[in-house]
Amino acid sequence: MNLSPLFNPQSVAVIGVSASNDRHPANVIFFKNLLRYPVKTYAVNVKGGAIDGEQVFPSVGAIPDKIDLAVIAVRAEYVSAVLEQCIAAAVKSAIVISGGFAEVGHDDLQASLVKLAAAAAFPFVGPNCLGIYSPGVVDTFFLPTERMVQPAAGDVAVVSQSGGILVDLLVKFAREGVGISSAISIGNKASIRELQLLEFLDDDPRTGVMVFYVEGFAKNEGRAFVQRAARCRKPVIVLKAGKTSEGGRAVSSHTASLAGDYAVFASVLAQHGIIEAHDELELVSYCEALSCYPDTVIKGRVGIISGSGGHGAMAVDACVLGGLSVPHFSEAVQQSLRNRLSESIRAIASVANPVDLTGSAVENDFIAAVEAFCEIEDIDSILLLLLPYLPGITADLGARLSKVYRRHGKPLIAYVPHVEKYRMLIEGFELNRVPVASSIESAVHMTQVLRRCRLC
Amino acid sequence: MLKNEMMEMLRQARKNGWLMEPQAKALFASAALPVPRFAWARNLPESLQCAAVIGYPLVAKVVSPAVIHKSEAGGVAVGIADNRQLQQFYEKVSGLNGFAGLLLEEMVSGTELIVGAKIDNQFGLVILLGIGGTSVEIYGDVAIRMAPLTPADVHSMLHELKGGRLLSGYRGKEAINKEELARVLVAFAGLVQDLVPYIESIDLNPLLCSGEGCVIADARIMLGDVFMKTGEADPSFSG
Repeated sequence: MNLSPLFNPQSVAVIGVSASNDRHPANVIFFKNLLRYPVKTYAVNVKGGAIDGEQVFPSVGAIPDKIDLAVIAVRAEYVSAVLEQCIAAAVKSAIVISGGFAEVGHDDLQASLVKLAAAAAFPFVGPNCLGIYSPGVVDTFFLPTERMVQPAAGDVAVVSQSGGILVDLLVKFAREGVGISSAISIGNKASIRELQLLEFLDDDPRTGVMVFYVEGFAKNEGRAFVQRAARCRKPVIVLKAGKTSEGGRAVSSHTASLAGDYAVFASVLAQHGIIEAHDELELVSYCEALSCYPDTVIKGRVGIISGSGGHGAMAVDACVLGGLSVPHFSEAVQQSLRNRLSESIRAIASVANPVDLTGSAVENDFIAAVEAFCEIEDIDSILLLLLPYLPGITADLGARLSKVYRRHGKPLIAYVPHVEKYRMLIEGFELNRVPVASSIESAVHMTQVLRRCRLC
Repeated sequence: MLKNEMMEMLRQARKNGWLMEPQAKALFASAALPVPRFAWARNLPESLQCAAVIGYPLVAKVVSPAVIHKSEAGGVAVGIADNRQLQQFYEKVSGLNGFAGLLLEEMVSGTELIVGAKIDNQFGLVILLGIGGTSVEIYGDVAIRMAPLTPADVHSMLHELKGGRLLSGYRGKEAINKEELARVLVAFAGLVQDLVPYIESIDLNPLLCSGEGCVIADARIMLGDVFMKTGEADPSFSG
């Protein structure tokens, strides 16, 4: 099945627009695509007519254009018939927004969609979903544009069983500066499921990191998914909900009680090199780091630079607790590092690992320390804890440091408090593809995930 | 592919819903997995005869489809030294519900590991490894992998166990033979792959491991619902 028309449609038909209800999901979807996206957008309602001066076609077959994607938002009992019309009109794919299927016990209605689509090898997402949001391409989420927080275009693809979680994740991605290639709400996943999306996204040139929010797999579905994910070159991150729902079930053997559903889930993911994010914060940090450094795999030996001894100490604790090491520097290394610092801080800076440049450091000292770290073989990533209120730092620091990264290739992760006042400094890092965390813990998560090793 | 005799063993156990220890051990022996020398004696004269062949001291365990937890029921005696002790034990347990004889076997020693197999709904067959006793019961210190297993998987499981050092010669204790453990676990996982449509879970508890090798000291195979009800393989695992 070719999923490309879902993700890169040239033309969209929104079926079920209402002449009387402006807030109908189909109307929201129709107008946002018509007014804000390059895709050719057509409205369909069996009654025909016009809304806001835009022609409404009585059926998808009446549109004088080839349709790549039909967005279906009619009542559940009419969806089958509409799907049939789409297939007959050679529409290439569909998203069924409508609810009222298996999620409320109408398995028969859902089964009839699956049967129709399977017979025609017709790809459809849903039902009971938001569909696909792809920045600059298409957006089938029925949320008014002004209420959506939209991350910039980027290379993270997010697939979610829950539309609500997906929209919430987008808010967090936007806040942390993580860009997305597409966000897919799969709802009841009647036809297109995680596995097909994994296969598609692995080949999708816009996508570099794949994220799946999973509540559960159907019988044996997880096996095929992890085996395929293990063959992906791109990182696959899974956020699992329903970790704690196994209590109270009768178990008949020792093994059954020791190998509970979630224990198995977590172990099998790790066995296949899939990254498990334990919560949203971890997830966003992992995405940001892997999006910036998709091909770097480190051993986890961290060099830490800060302008405050306390930050250095906190970061060491977080690193060590997280299974990373912070190697001590030899006398010779310390001396050569000290020699590169400006004279005013040479006597007061602490140049063991963590390095504390003190509040008197100027921008060039941070650059010099990162340069020096790039040449130290005992460390394979750099954590930079920045206090933007230090008078010696400018908004160019991020850009200047990214040039150092490009010369040496040793990944650099920064921490800057995320408040509006420091926005220019943060952007200097983000625009130059240096991940910048909003907390020390999150900076450590970013470092951890770059190990990308199995079962570590 | 399961041998005909293995299928026969599974069918015989269907009415009970599980393979009792001598049945499970016979199945493992048929697959060339290491089990102690054992015999299933149905009555006292047979017990004395079998004991003479195996030799004292030996282990005796009650066999009964109604007794899943043998130790709790007082149905296990380790180190039986002579005919008199064996007869006493026989008399003590022969009144237990469902009594179907004694399992007699040679004494084996080693570090107690627990090995398990479970048919997980989402991932199919998974294999579990833990260190027996408190490590598993109190701390839940286990490593889990989706089958099939490679020897490298088994070594990574040992590495993952928090108590893994206990198996590497901790404080002068003999280290277990990890290569042999890997061989046994990979073979076990291979056998269980063929059993998947018939079973729900398997416990090898304990698997006794020493510097020489590993022996399945106790085993239980729980049958799957579909096989129990229909006598047929569960078709949902045919793929």
